[in-house]
Amino acid sequence: MQVDTRYSDGTLVVRPTGDWTLDRSLPDIQAVVANAAPSSPVRAVAFDTSGLGTWDSSLLTFLYETVEYGQAHDLEVHTDTLPDSLARLVALSQAVPEEDTAQSAETPALLARLGEWGLRAYDEAVAFITFLGQALRSLVAILVGRGRMRWRTFGVALQSSTASALPIVTIISLLVGLIVAFLGAVVLRRFGAEYFVSYLVSYGMLRELGALMTAIIMTGRTGAAFAAELGSMKVGEEIDALETFGISPIDFLVTPRILAVVLALPMLTLYADVIGILGGMAVAVSMLDLTTTQFLTGLLEPVVLSDGLIGIFKAVVYGGIIGLAGCMRGMQTGDDASAVGQATTSAVVTGIILIVFANAVIDWAAAVLQI
Amino acid sequence: MPTDTDVPVLSAEDLVLAFGSFVVMRDLTFDIHPGEIFVIMGGSGSGKSTLLKHLIGLMKPSEGTVRVQGRDLWSLSEAERAAMLREMGVLYQEDALWSTMTLAENVALPLDEHTALSDDDIQRIVSLKLALVGLRGFEDFYPHEISGGMQKRAALARATALDPDVLFFDEPTSGLDPISARRLDDLILQLRDSLNTTIVVVSHDLESIFTIADRTLYLDIETKTMSALGPPEDLRRNPPNQRVYQFLTRSLDAEPH
Repeated sequence: MQVDTRYSDGTLVVRPTGDWTLDRSLPDIQAVVANAAPSSPVRAVAFDTSGLGTWDSSLLTFLYETVEYGQAHDLEVHTDTLPDSLARLVALSQAVPEEDTAQSAETPALLARLGEWGLRAYDEAVAFITFLGQALRSLVAILVGRGRMRWRTFGVALQSSTASALPIVTIISLLVGLIVAFLGAVVLRRFGAEYFVSYLVSYGMLRELGALMTAIIMTGRTGAAFAAELGSMKVGEEIDALETFGISPIDFLVTPRILAVVLALPMLTLYADVIGILGGMAVAVSMLDLTTTQFLTGLLEPVVLSDGLIGIFKAVVYGGIIGLAGCMRGMQTGDDASAVGQATTSAVVTGIILIVFANAVIDWAAAVLQI
Repeated sequence: MPTDTDVPVLSAEDLVLAFGSFVVMRDLTFDIHPGEIFVIMGGSGSGKSTLLKHLIGLMKPSEGTVRVQGRDLWSLSEAERAAMLREMGVLYQEDALWSTMTLAENVALPLDEHTALSDDDIQRIVSLKLALVGLRGFEDFYPHEISGGMQKRAALARATALDPDVLFFDEPTSGLDPISARRLDDLILQLRDSLNTTIVVVSHDLESIFTIADRTLYLDIETKTMSALGPPEDLRRNPPNQRVYQFLTRSLDAEPH
């Protein structure tokens, strides 16, 4: 794998010799020309392949670059001095590419990017509200009997977001209950107020953590699943197929799913509340020398029904957010396979952001209304 | 570069294609010679793509043998088999370009994995490979940013990255417009003529078959075995049975005798 050069009468004759295989580093035409150091200016390049052994893409790459070099330096390159098969391949590599989908890849300035980001955020908000409106209209149509409910879709979605989710909800809420009780045990013991651990656990679970943790689990589970299901239907043109038959994809696919998760979340939250409180009780009884009775009375005295109801109300709102975010991102999926992954990711991100935001708003409203 | 010898590049001996106990095709015996363009044809569901998967070692035959350069593919050790398979390039039906990588990265990955070349040399070879399929200057594009025909050719650039002795194409012209399809056929012929690469194509695109094929194999779904082997023109003139005749003339008529 070597290149000799010969110079005669304005023509640089490039002579690749030996075996050219991909396991060694490639010679560089610029270095070859520099080494040749011709006495007078080069006007043309020719080849001599008499000493050539076996060859593969390494030789082709060298020849391709030589031709490119010749064009860049306005030299005549005599590819006809190459054997037929090599000359054909070099000609093939010089074929003009079509520029049909060439697009400018310029990065816009900072200010422009900021502006584009703002416009995108605005579009996102409009899209979310529009989607919410479409889903509500479809729901109203079903309630007044003008629309048709797809019970099968509803049933499948309800099952996957209730019964199938029980194991993970059990584990997480049990652990959350334990963790809150641990926190309480450490902090409250300083004041000799261990008795109030049950109040802390039950108030925390019922009002905040039961609904919040369940909603975050379900965003990752059901919201992501909705986005992936609808996203792959979008990629497979199934949603286009529905629309061409005049069937609204919102009625057919979105509303049953949202309804299922809105119904599922309060049930799961109630379950998570109970499990979390049991977890807290385990810590209280084993670490704080409280009896079960003490724990339960400590819980029942201060906690009121409205604490639980606020948690359930939150769960309904979170359910709506999970369903909307999942379905909306699914419906917005682009048309290639990688878009499904992006849709799933953004369904989870959108879901969690909106859930935490809604949590803050509801807590603030509850504080103002003193409930 | 592949050299001319008498040893077939690929051969199948009494090969049986089966999924569990469900036999798709049986008694497949044929040789594929160096520098040949060999087309596997047959109706939908006749096991064309399954046969291809057997030839490239993705599926193990339930009976019979597949030989590569005269060596039984499944009597080799795993490392030896992997080395044999590296001499094969495959262009999959759906391109199978890695969608999160640019075209240059797609072509560079096999080179990076299987050669000791420097990054700089790999980039130079990648540029050549893309130029050979008419995609010069598209190095930094992602697969979804280019047209279907260009994706096919980018996949071809990747399939040829390691200078394979044998190239496989699974229905290369499906989903392409006639011009793009013809351009791809030309590219296949160029590769064979210039590099003497052996090419195996699975296809039911008649135009393409008559343009490129040296020999064809017909998988007959009714008899569950191969019912014709030879140059397509010969088979059209002297079809061994009704179905081969109908397939090659794209007709529902009975054979004129």
